Amino acid sequence: MVARAKSAPIRVLIAKPGLDGHDRGAKVVARALRDAGMEVIYAGLRQTPEEIVRAAIEEDVDLIGLSILSGAHMALFPKVLKLLKSEQGARIPVFAGGIIPDEDARRLKRLGIRAIFGPGTSLDEIVRTATSLARGGA
Amino acid sequence: MTPTRAEPPLARAIVRGDRRALARAISAVENGDPAVDPVLRALYPRSGTAPIVGLTGPLGVGKSSLMSALVTHLRGLGRSVGIVAVDPSSPFSGGSVLGDRIRFDRPAGDAAVFFRSMASRGASGGVAVATRETVRLLEAAGFDVIFVETVGSGQVDVAIRDLATTRVVVLVPHLGDEVQTLKAGLFEIADVFCVNKSDLPGAEIAERDLSEMAAFGVARDGWRPSVVRTSTVTPSGIPELWRAIERHESFLDSSQSRAPARRQRLVREIVERATDRLTSDLARRIQTEPDWAELIDRVADRRLDPRSAAERLAKELARSP
Repeated sequence: MVARAKSAPIRVLIAKPGLDGHDRGAKVVARALRDAGMEVIYAGLRQTPEEIVRAAIEEDVDLIGLSILSGAHMALFPKVLKLLKSEQGARIPVFAGGIIPDEDARRLKRLGIRAIFGPGTSLDEIVRTATSLARGGA
Repeated sequence: MTPTRAEPPLARAIVRGDRRALARAISAVENGDPAVDPVLRALYPRSGTAPIVGLTGPLGVGKSSLMSALVTHLRGLGRSVGIVAVDPSSPFSGGSVLGDRIRFDRPAGDAAVFFRSMASRGASGGVAVATRETVRLLEAAGFDVIFVETVGSGQVDVAIRDLATTRVVVLVPHLGDEVQTLKAGLFEIADVFCVNKSDLPGAEIAERDLSEMAAFGVARDGWRPSVVRTSTVTPSGIPELWRAIERHESFLDSSQSRAPARRQRLVREIVERATDRLTSDLARRIQTEPDWAELIDRVADRRLDPRSAAERLAKELARSP
């Protein structure tokens, strides 16, 4: 299989699963990742887990970022992880941002969401973590 | 066609319809990874027959929405579709936001559609360097029709000429008076003009201006561009747009201009690749070979002129293996 060169730009999918119209945060993060030199595939609003996983496979991304403010994260995130696994995309790290209570965040991390950013997280921190996840780090 | 044993496993996987293999190979092409070279070599004979439709035009004219509507129409006709959507890379950070998927509307389970976003990564003329080979991979994967949507940089975006079999230039009402249509570039490459957002006032005037220009203009290889009005809001004109594209595709066959046009494109591609190769050889050797450094010293000391030095280097380059 063809390995990805370290010098190639990081490709990241940013998507909002479910019925949630608040995309300001996702757009700000997309822009910060772009300014950090990444190729950001912005899938936008109202994506089903199926659409997200399909986009991740077709776009061959190194990383997936999910934004959610609707409260449906416990229903939608595990579904994305499960579908990724069945599509052999399980090695693609997933991070998330939005309004996610600490208790849910802990459970989601146990399920495989690699990082969760709440309100007030600095863009620097998001870029740093995203870069490290995409490059195979923690 | 069925896969043959001589093909590398990745090539066979692509022909089998393995979407992940296709996606990986496209990344390798984008990254200039030489590991994909045998795959491209093996799959090349499987390309060259599908219509390749280039959609281009200024920012915000609705290319992505239009393509989504065209794909829905084609799926209704039972045709499978591969799509490459190119967006610009930032000259500052190298990063980009590829947003064409937002407009793309289709059932997630539909395996007969493959959509890939691509950053231009510094290529001028609106078509990423890797687009051509990505199109061939999509063809090898068996998609019936290929769409290439390019960053609409206006008058200079003509690189799509070297890539598509039918070029659709998408415009909207009120982009400017008919003098704009006389300007060189974008207007000269169109096989089909599409006046999109025709639900807005002024669409008829735009259509008339373009039709007049097409009628008075010199027909390129015997083809006069057709003009179609579309709207993705109402929606209207989508089947007509596809028919206009098909008419141009049939014209290529009936006028026997498909083969010469393809040959011309291939010549440009081969010259481009050979030039790249020679340029990088030249740049490397000028840094590393003592004889060449000495030649440059002589130019610097005014003992030899630059033209004669270049002539000598070119001869040397042609001689070497």
